[in-house]
This record gives sequence, C-alpha cells and structure tokens, in this order.
Amino acid sequence: MRYHYFPGCSVLGTGRACEESTQAVIRELGVELKEIDDWNCCGATAYMSVDEHNALALAARNLALAEKEGATQMTTPCSGCYLVLNKTKHYIEEYPAVGNRVKGSLRKAGLNYQGTVRVRHMLDIFVHDVGLDEIKKHVKFPLKDVKVAAYYGCQTVRPYKDFDQQHFPTKIDELCEALGARSVHFPLKTRCCGGSQMGTLPSVAQRLVFAILREAKRQGANLIVSVCPLCHFNLDSYQPEIVRRFGEDVSIPCMYYTQLMGLAFGIDPKTLGLQRNLTWDRCALRKQFAPAAVGA
Amino acid sequence: MENNGKEVRIGVYICHCGLNIAGTIDVKAVCDYAQTLPHVALARTYKYMCSDPGQEMIIADIAEHGLNRIVVAACSPNLHEATFRGALQRAGLNPYYFQMVNIREHGSWVHEDRKAATEKAKDQVRAAVARVQYHKPLERKRFAVDQSVLVVGGGIAGITAALEIANSGKHVYLVEREPSIGGHMAKYDKTFPTLDCAACILTPKMSEVREHPNITLWTYSEVQEVAGHVGKFQVKVRRKPRYIDEELCVGCMECVSACVYKEPKFEDEFNEGLGKRKPIFMPFPQAVPPVVTIDPETCLKFKTGKCKSPCATVCDRKAVDFSQTERIEEIEVGAVIIATGFKTFDATRLPLYGYGIYANVYTSLEVERLVNSSGPTGGEIVCRNGRKPKSIGIIHCVGSRDKKTNRWCSRVCCMYSLKLAHLLREHTGADVYQFYIDMRCPGKGYDEFYERLLDEGIQMIRGRAAEVTDWTMTPEEEGKLVIRVEDTLSAYVRRIPVDMVVLSVGLEPAAGADEVRRMFNISCSKEGFFLEKHPKLAPVETATAGVFIAGCCQGPKDIPDTVAQAGAAAAHAIALLDKGFVEIEPNTAYINPDHCSGCKSCIPLCPYHAISFDEQLKKARIDEALCAGCGTCVAACPSGSIIQNLFEDDQIFSEIDEVLSHV
Amino acid sequence: MDVTTRHIKYQADCDPSFPAAIKKIPGCEKLDSCIQCGTCSGVCPLSIYMDMTPRRVMNLVRYGFKKEVMASNTIWLCSSCYACTVECPREIKVTDIMYALKQMAIREKAYPRRFAMVVLANEFYKMVRSRGRVNEIHLVTRLNLLTNPLKMLGMARLGIELIRRGRFSLRPESVRDPQRIREIMEYPENGNGKEARTQ
Repeated sequence: MRYHYFPGCSVLGTGRACEESTQAVIRELGVELKEIDDWNCCGATAYMSVDEHNALALAARNLALAEKEGATQMTTPCSGCYLVLNKTKHYIEEYPAVGNRVKGSLRKAGLNYQGTVRVRHMLDIFVHDVGLDEIKKHVKFPLKDVKVAAYYGCQTVRPYKDFDQQHFPTKIDELCEALGARSVHFPLKTRCCGGSQMGTLPSVAQRLVFAILREAKRQGANLIVSVCPLCHFNLDSYQPEIVRRFGEDVSIPCMYYTQLMGLAFGIDPKTLGLQRNLTWDRCALRKQFAPAAVGA
Repeated sequence: MENNGKEVRIGVYICHCGLNIAGTIDVKAVCDYAQTLPHVALARTYKYMCSDPGQEMIIADIAEHGLNRIVVAACSPNLHEATFRGALQRAGLNPYYFQMVNIREHGSWVHEDRKAATEKAKDQVRAAVARVQYHKPLERKRFAVDQSVLVVGGGIAGITAALEIANSGKHVYLVEREPSIGGHMAKYDKTFPTLDCAACILTPKMSEVREHPNITLWTYSEVQEVAGHVGKFQVKVRRKPRYIDEELCVGCMECVSACVYKEPKFEDEFNEGLGKRKPIFMPFPQAVPPVVTIDPETCLKFKTGKCKSPCATVCDRKAVDFSQTERIEEIEVGAVIIATGFKTFDATRLPLYGYGIYANVYTSLEVERLVNSSGPTGGEIVCRNGRKPKSIGIIHCVGSRDKKTNRWCSRVCCMYSLKLAHLLREHTGADVYQFYIDMRCPGKGYDEFYERLLDEGIQMIRGRAAEVTDWTMTPEEEGKLVIRVEDTLSAYVRRIPVDMVVLSVGLEPAAGADEVRRMFNISCSKEGFFLEKHPKLAPVETATAGVFIAGCCQGPKDIPDTVAQAGAAAAHAIALLDKGFVEIEPNTAYINPDHCSGCKSCIPLCPYHAISFDEQLKKARIDEALCAGCGTCVAACPSGSIIQNLFEDDQIFSEIDEVLSHV
Repeated sequence: MDVTTRHIKYQADCDPSFPAAIKKIPGCEKLDSCIQCGTCSGVCPLSIYMDMTPRRVMNLVRYGFKKEVMASNTIWLCSSCYACTVECPREIKVTDIMYALKQMAIREKAYPRRFAMVVLANEFYKMVRSRGRVNEIHLVTRLNLLTNPLKMLGMARLGIELIRRGRFSLRPESVRDPQRIREIMEYPENGNGKEARTQ
C-alpha cells in the first residue's frame, strides 16, 4: 500500500505529535507514505473567508502536485486539510465554471489538474485499507482498562461522509475496540470544539471544549481520542484554564488515535510524541507504558 | 387516390387555441400552405376548433364539400382526438378517417422562433395530409365486462370500496396481505378531530365485510399475477398457509393458551414490537377473520419438529393443520381497485433524533399502541424505562419535508400529533411540547381542534428539532432527553428536557408497492406513490383502464379523504360493471394468414400474452381483446405478415417521407 | 429608554442586489428555498453566542437586509463545522453562505473593528501569500499583537508549555518558491479576487 502524503502546516508545529505517531504506526503496519514535494498550506477555514477563488486554487495546487507525481490516492492526518482538499475537488467537479477558473490558474503556474487523485482521510486508510483484522494482529498490549470517548470533530465526517456515518460515526470506536479498549456512548463525538475560535474568541471556544470534556467524563470515559491536530490542541491544551473558569474538574487525558494505536502496538511513547501532550503527565497509561514497565 | 372508388377530399383545420398556438405560429400561413397540398379540398382556421361551433363547422363542411378525410392541427390527441372523431361520426363519416396534428405541445409551447415554428407546423400538416389518405374505416370492438371486482388491500380504503361495491350487488374479492383486515386504522386509538375511538367505528365495518354474501375475503394472501384487460382481468392470488383451517377455527384462543410457550416471547408486529406474542396468535381481539395464525418462523413444530403440538390437541374442531401449503386461487374480474396503503418512515434514518439509540424515543405509531387500551400496556403510558413521563416532546416532520429523506408533506402528521398530545396529556397530565415547522390543519373541524389543544395548554414551539440527546448542561437535564431547537418565533435556541420523545413519522409508499405497480401496469410518481390519471379530474383512475386507486397508495391522506376516495373508486368500478361492456380502440394488430410462416417468433415478444398459435392452421393468431397496440410483433415479424391498424406501412412511410421532405 | 428609533422596515431599506450577489457564489444558490425551520440554528454549536441566529441571517440575506447582516456578529462566530449544511432539510449550504458573507464583509471592510476573526483571516491570507505555508505560532503572535497585546501575558503559561514540549516551532515554513503561489492567484494586486467572483 502506497499513498501520497499531505502533512499540513499544523503537524510541523503544535501538532508535531500527530505526525510522529502517524509515521510510527504507518511504518509498523507496512504502509508507505510519500510526502508530496513542495506542498503548500491548504487554506484552512480562514482563507475561504477572504477569497473563494484563490482559496480553491491554492488547495488545488496540492492536488495538481500530487497528480504530477503520479498519485492516485493522497491522504492527510488533519481533518481540516482533508475537508479543504476534498471540498476543492468536489467544487471543481460540481461547478464547471469554478473548475475552469481553477484549472486556468494552475496552468499559469505550469500545473495541470486532471481530477485523477482521490483525497482520503488517514483514518479511512487505517480502517478500510489496512483493516481492523490486520491492526488487531499488531496489538501487543491490549488496552483493556481504557474507556474511550471517541471524538471525531466536525470536518472528519462533515460535510462529506466518504467513510463513516455522519451523526454517530463509529470508525474510531471500532478501531479503539480493536486495540482492546472500550468505547463509551458519546453524544458529542462530532460536536465542534471551536476550531480556530480558540485563538480569536477563547471565552466561547473554551465553553464548547468544557461541554465536550464534561460529557466525556460523565459518560464514563477515561480518555478522549481525537483525530485532528486542531481538535487535539483545543481539547488537550486548555484544561487547567477551563477547570478554573467553570469551577468543575473536567480534566481528562487526550491523545491522537494514532498514539493509542502505537501504545497498543508496543511503540515507545516518546516515538509517538506522547510527551508533547499536555494531559499525558496525568494519564494513567503513562505509568503502564513507562519504558521499564513494558520491558523496552 | 381512390376511396372506395371515390376521390379523396381532405379538409384541414388549423386551430388558434386562443393565443396558445396563434401567438407563436402563423396559423394563416399554415392554412394557406395546406390549401396547396394534394387532395386538400378545403383548409380553414378557427379560434377554438374543439368548441361546438368548431365541430359544427367540420360537420357542415363534410356535407357541403363532400369531404371524406379530416386533419385537425391543434393540441395533443390525448386531449381532443376523441372530440373530433365524434364530430366525424356525427357527420356520417367513419371516425378513423381522421388525423390529428399536435402543433401546440409539440409546437407553439416549446418554440419561440415564430418563423421556424410555423415552418415546423407546415411539415407536420403535410405529413398528416399524406398519411390520412391511406386511412381505412375501422370499428371499435365491444367486449362484455366480468361482473366482479378485485380489491387489493384491506385497510379502511379497501374495506370501504369493497362494501360499496358489494352493496350494489356485485361480487368482490378482497385480498389482504396481513392475517387480518383493518390496516393501519386498526392500530389507532382515537381519530382526529372528533376523537372517535378508531376501533368503535372500524370494527363494525370489518365484521360487515366478513358477513357480506357478496364479498370473498382472502387474508394472509397476495396477488401474484395479473393478465387480461379492462372488463376481463385474470388474476392469480397466492394464499399463504396459516396452518389453521379458516372454516373450522372460531377464534376461541384455546390453542394460544395451550402453546408450549407459556409466555409470549416474540415481537408482536401489530403492537409495533412493544408487546410480545406467541408463535400461534391472533393479531388483535377484533381481528377479521377471527381466526388464529401460526408463524412458522417461530413455531417449534416447524423449527425443530420436536413439539407435541398441544395447540392441535386442544382444538376440538381440529382446525390446526400443519400440512397446509400455499394455494393459488385463479379468478376473473372486470375491474380492480388498488388500496395498498402506506408504511411509516423508518426513524432510524435520522439518527439525530435518537430513535433506536435512546429507549424513550418512540414513533407516533408506537404511541398509538401505547395509548390504546388493548395495547401492550393496557393503555397505561409507561416509558421503556418503566416510568410515567412528566414531560413529552412531539417532533413533527420526521421524514417529511426533508430533501435528504422524503421531500413531501405527509399531510396527516400535524393533526395526529395534536391528537396524540391530547391523549398523552389526558392519560398522564404531562407537559407536552410540539416542535413544528408549519402547522397544517386544513380540514373540517381541524383548525378548531388545534385551537382546542392550545387551550388545553400544550406548548407549541415553531422550529424543526435539531437533535435529541442525553448530554446535559444543567442539573434539571440529568436523566432526561434533551431536545435542542431554535424557537424561531422567539428567536432563541432552547434546550428542553423531556422524559419521552415522540417522533411524528411521515408516510411512504408501502413495502412492495413497486411490484404491485408492475403487476397492474400502472405508473407511480417519483416518490413511489401510484399515479392517478389526472391530478384534479381523474384522481382515482389510472393510465390502465379498469384499474382504480384509493387511499394512501396514491399519496398521504387522512381517513375522511381516504374513505371519500375509496367511495369514488367504487363508483367508477360499479359504473364500469353496470355499463356491461367496454369498447376498445381498433389500433390492434392482426395477422395476414397468407403470409404467416408459423415461425412463432412473435409469441414470446408480446407483453400482453395476446398471441397464440393455431396448431391446426400452423399460424399465429392475435386476440384483439388482449392486444394493446404496442406494435412490437409488427416490427419483429420476419415475413412482414403482421399488420397494425392505424399504423400500416403505407400510412407510416408516407408520413415519414413527408415530414422529412422539408430537408 | 430611547423610543425614537424606528423599527419599521421600508421596502426602500432593502437591497435586492445583496442576495443576488450572494446567490451567484458556488454553493449559495439554494438560499431561496429556505423554509425558516431553524434547523441550522438548532444544530449550530455557536448560535447561542450569536446576536442573530443563522436562520434569521438566511432570511435577512434573502430579502436584502444587507446593513443588518453586515452589522451582526453571526458570520464571525461561524467556525465552519458544517452541521447546518449537513442537516438543512432544503440542502442549503449554510456554511458556504457564511463564507460568502465573510468575503463580502472583508472586501467592503464592513466588519467590527479589530475583530479578531477578521484579523486572523487577513493575517493568515497574507502569510500564505508570502510563504505558501503557515506557522501557527507566528500567526497567533501577530493576531494578538494586532488585537489584544495584553492577552499575550495570559498565554505565557501555555507558550512555555509548548516550548518545553517542542511544539513551539519558530522556523518559518515555506514552499521552495513562494512566487509560484502568487502565480496561481488570479489578481495578485488586490488579492481579494473581487472580479473573480462577480464575473
């Protein structure tokens, strides 16, 4: 299995652990990722707010670059990038006028967009291409005490439902159960964490995160597992502030699903970038997977 | 050109249709052009050809100018071909010496370029003039109508239609898929807006069906095959084995008590799965026929063969018969009424409303059973968690007015939601909230009922509920289901905690509607509801003569409308039977026996099974009564020995030649 | 209490060119089929902070109340979670309409001053145009400097944590030749592509 890989800007900075754990797990599963040469920012939500045409052209450049390298399938670990790239592809196809303008712009830069590359979410690759049965084979340490609240965020399943149900998606839950963990009923699994509002309107975004953390605990979870660097940042980084502000201890460890996979596979927590998570220090798994404990 | 030795003299009439045609086509130019065509004795235009003066003009011209062929260029033959043929007949001319040209739907209505549209109309007229010369005098054939009617579906529509027809002295076969007639109405508790008890008004009608000497009732049965045509349909009905002799069973229920399953264990379909039944059961106490049924899927006798069958032993009338097999009944009927009803929307398709996820989310049909005193709880409103609800939310438009599921308005949900609100309040005293997009209460006494409910203190929240969830924000929400909604009239987003959620599910075409449609050769709308012949003026007829529709199979409607429509369908069927005969168009095919080689290739091609093989003559033969004039055999015959009236080779070729001579 | 403000709306107050311009944008064409059911507002996680619910904005756009829509904070609270788009029973892409309104507001400079969301969008835009990639730390720093420098103090704790955990990348990421990025933008000078939309 070989895919062209679009890392996205977040994983180069605050979301570094997302990249580290994804790469570690991918290696373990024998999947090959080829990073798209000279990729650029997908534009995220901010760019679309300023200029529609340029936002689509910017994102489409990545599709064209992937195609130039002969890619038929490209994947990204970030749900925001996944949505923007996927939406761009959809709009180029659904609105011929948009498609022609975008293709025209790309031609000016010597690029040719054909529409042959498919945009896939990394989660989709794990669950459908690698498969849960294969993943189970790599589990060395079943995570039997872990009760997961699977958090998909918005853009993993909205507006496109390419690989999971839209309202009560189950793929992360199934994946976690394949690792030996238990997933709890979690009605807020696709509710927005505030996204970039955490930077612009922190008081509002923190309240959204508060509701998510609180509900995860209330439903009996001891870990929130998420997909996207931005969701993870919002859920993981502001807990002390949120606890202080709302006067309720809603703190709960958070990690990427790839980090949880890595732990179950027996990969060293450091390789998975777990020390970069702010909630890792208080996570019960930290002791369990200390290098001495697992005999590493 | 000869016409029984006489010269062909064609009259051509161009209709203005007000400005419908004349607004786009230069009718005068078309008329002048027609005048120049060979054999045209006369051409005229008139404002409305279909009007009495228009027809009189044709009749007078035939007498005065010795016309013997008529061409009218006007609207679609679907609308007025019969009108003009009638005029010819009144003038003493064979009505098939006529050809109609559609310059409205095929011309003025679809073109904007006046010049081009006028030229096209000339081409069409020229082609018709060429073809009509070859027309031959034809006769409409008459066939006797069989004096019985098949009614498919035993809900309130089928019951009403069957009784109306039976009361007029005709025989009715009523076929119902389920073990009992009664349909959805039998499941309801009360009916809006008068709050009559559904059973009290329905069960007398059900008994009347059972006792009526003119009704043959076949429940647990399905139509399997239909052949024939209006006046004479041959129908095969499959009667599923219920492992009970219906003639012997009196519904004493002793067998049910004797069943090895001491407690009911299996999902009870009649109670929407809220209750349990045994493998041997009667769906509800007032079932018609009042006989039990054995479900082989759950009965131990069928599953393991190791049951001592106390049901059979205890029955002193020896009605239990495990050896029963499927039977096929073959009948002939003159007309058919289809009343196959609807099914309710599957609420699991909208996961945001939590049906199947949260125990205390119910569909409206489930609540009908829950409030019913013969329902699974004896009429007590107890949620699945065992508690009596103190607050209830009723969510409208679940699977209605939603492009992602069903686009249409299901028409009955606003009213039944109000009714359920009343009943739930009456039974529990709970606070009831209704979440609606628009209230649609147009019916006799309906808006008054809405007003009554407002006075009873139900809370109306205008907004489509966004989600039903169990996540909480406040202590009051703990242990409740929370409905999140924008109260659009107050312009606030609200969270309303309730103990019970009722989803007012919409109406959809019944399961199997598509097979029914194909069997009876009728059409359906995009949504899957059966299509009436005309939405206003022929609401119970279909495109297939002799097949009528009634009730929710045609579209969602309430009980009063269903009953009215069933009555109308019955009246149509009775009229057809009373007339005693049907006339069929002579556009049928026939075989020229001199040329037929007896190759039989046409026989399997005929969709109407109208062609048979005469073993003595070794030739094919077409039954005119069955032939629908589709032309398939004509095109397929290798020796060219099948001819179709009104579509003979010289008629078609001359028409094609002329329409193409322009280019 | 000021009772002299008139709350009536005269038809002359409406601007029919407003909905016309919005509906031209890909994704916004179905606006007219809105039945005002409020599903968008109900599923929106941020509607409870908006001065006008998304449903109301849809109606105000549809009937040309441009001034009112542009003055509201609703569009700036939208975090593009697409819940409204997915749930709308009329398949109206509400998120796309929100984007279209943001673009219009930025183009016409009709937004609340120093409103952080707008500053973020603009700074993001500039950074991508100049480098092709985004460095979140640079972005957030610029955002705070431009909106609320004092807030930087409050964020010190988080900043230190991120540095300690190796997530505070100061390296300005870039594509090899940022000129390549500018080439694919249709109107490099005004950058906001006004013509691109109205053609």
